[in-house]
Amino acid sequence: MNRQAQAAVLFLVGGALLHAGATDLYLRYVKAGLRPMLLVSGAVLVVTALMTVWLDRRRAGGNATLDEAAPPNQTPAAPDNAPPPPNQAPAAPGDRPSPPEATRAEPRNAPSLTEAEQADPRAAPPPPKEPPTHREPRVAWLLLLPLFALILVAPPALGSYSAVRSGTALQPPYGYASLPPGDPLRLSVVDYATRAIYDHGRTVAGRRVQVTGFVALAGDGTPYLVRMALNCCAADAQPVKIALTGRVPPVLEPDTWLRVTGVYTARRTRDPVNDGPIPYLEVMAAQPVPTPADPYDESWNQ
Amino acid sequence: MADSRPAAAPPRNDGWHLTSPVALTLLLLVMVVAQGPLRGALSAPVMQSWTTVFVAVVVQALPFLVLGVLLSAALAVFVPPSFFARALPSRPALAVPVAGLAGAVLPGCECASVPVAGALVRRGVTPSAALAFLLSAPAINPIVLTATAVAFPHDPKMVLARFAASLLVACAMGWLWQRLGRADWLRPSARAHDEGLSRGAAFWGSVRHDVMHAGGFLVVGAMAAATLKALAPASWLRTAAGNPLVAVVALAALAVLLSICSEADAFVAASLSQFSLTARLVFLVVGPMIDLKLFALQAGAFGRGFALRFAPATLALAVLGSVLTGAVLL
Repeated sequence: MNRQAQAAVLFLVGGALLHAGATDLYLRYVKAGLRPMLLVSGAVLVVTALMTVWLDRRRAGGNATLDEAAPPNQTPAAPDNAPPPPNQAPAAPGDRPSPPEATRAEPRNAPSLTEAEQADPRAAPPPPKEPPTHREPRVAWLLLLPLFALILVAPPALGSYSAVRSGTALQPPYGYASLPPGDPLRLSVVDYATRAIYDHGRTVAGRRVQVTGFVALAGDGTPYLVRMALNCCAADAQPVKIALTGRVPPVLEPDTWLRVTGVYTARRTRDPVNDGPIPYLEVMAAQPVPTPADPYDESWNQ
Repeated sequence: MADSRPAAAPPRNDGWHLTSPVALTLLLLVMVVAQGPLRGALSAPVMQSWTTVFVAVVVQALPFLVLGVLLSAALAVFVPPSFFARALPSRPALAVPVAGLAGAVLPGCECASVPVAGALVRRGVTPSAALAFLLSAPAINPIVLTATAVAFPHDPKMVLARFAASLLVACAMGWLWQRLGRADWLRPSARAHDEGLSRGAAFWGSVRHDVMHAGGFLVVGAMAAATLKALAPASWLRTAAGNPLVAVVALAALAVLLSICSEADAFVAASLSQFSLTARLVFLVVGPMIDLKLFALQAGAFGRGFALRFAPATLALAVLGSVLTGAVLL
């Protein structure tokens, strides 16, 4: 990949990061707190692309006159060319500007470089082999894959497939925040499950609670209401599950987002995957809702 | 060969140089046209989950990568390498731990530390010290340690353990090289990377190259991680995690195979929650020191004979050192 193509890829990848960070798209993949870094790094990539093009154009424009500008373009080639002139000689006719600049660049080098150049003849064999692989990072073509995946496909946040394959990640809490008054009481999936299991429902018993999550069906058909809890990015997302009982809607489509109103029940079960505890919720009403802006539960980050 | 070159030459350098922008344009066009079928192919739950994790790892790691590349470019351009040679003690046995600690102030991932270590060797730094630096810098610099702390919010000791184990192994490898290493194994390529450039051009050239290069390898790591997350049955990992010895070996092998950038590997380690903290420490110590990508980079920078000897020794010492540290600290 040459510098022009690299600049184009950098520009596109930077633009994709900016796009993801400026919209809610990034919330499908990473935690909300990463937004500033996403925007800054996207901007840096765009600037790098523009600088690459600008430096190249300056070099092309002032090739003969601007001594300063000439080396930048040639230098990746110049040190590669400089050590083994005989090997590079065949390429020289097609690459006319190169040899004079390579020779011009050498005297300007710091004295310390001459050591390296003196050391060079001793280690003559390896350099001709190494530079070609290094000069054009072909692996960089792979950067197009996440670009396509992010812009063209924009996969959804992790859903029931991952939730059923991983065990519930419920952990004992440090403590319980006091709950606000009101009916119904709005709780996150993680909050309800934690209180139901580790506090035996003391703070939620007797109140109507409302939790929002997506539907996942266990192997035996048990319907779960799930929220993926996330530490940093979707690679570390782990499900927290609530099993549904009572007036469960007759037809449940996995990955549908539901707002479930119900009451605490002491009934609980075990996750078949990792034997983790899963509380039940006695459903009174369930209503489909759109996917929330942040599909993950990030309460563990705070 | 000599005949074909001039024939291809008149347009420009050679075919590859000329065609990469064209190839890029064509590729982009094809992908835009084919996005419908592509989305269909990726709509199966397993592919969707794979793509999500893949994108997530890349999106999460890229800002860290960019930050590391910016800092390492700034250091490479604005701090003369001769400074490091002057700053180090002249006695090699002392220079090793000092160089190992100096790794803490050179932020960047392993992709950045290999060229810097090569430059150190060329500038006359004793190889054992440069190698200690090579091994410690990607693991113990502030960016990586911060990322580790963020990834393990409930286990702050993990940061200390990672720092201690990485420094220990890096120094051990430096001293080992000093005792057993032979100069003719080491054949640093004589590439004077940034000489003769204006500083701005050197800086942006370094950023561009490192982002493209390390970014490409990051994609490889993200693909491997996504495959593991989406396909490997949870039971397989649980079986490996069950036996402490198998767990350590499995995660050491995983670290070598996944080749994840050290700025991102803590998050992958955090997701391997079935495994003990010691096994995950092995993952965090081995990964930045030796993996498939690093082996290739080291063979390029120091010669294949060096890499073939250095890599297995590093792997063995890294596993040993992190298990010992884990036993003491975790």
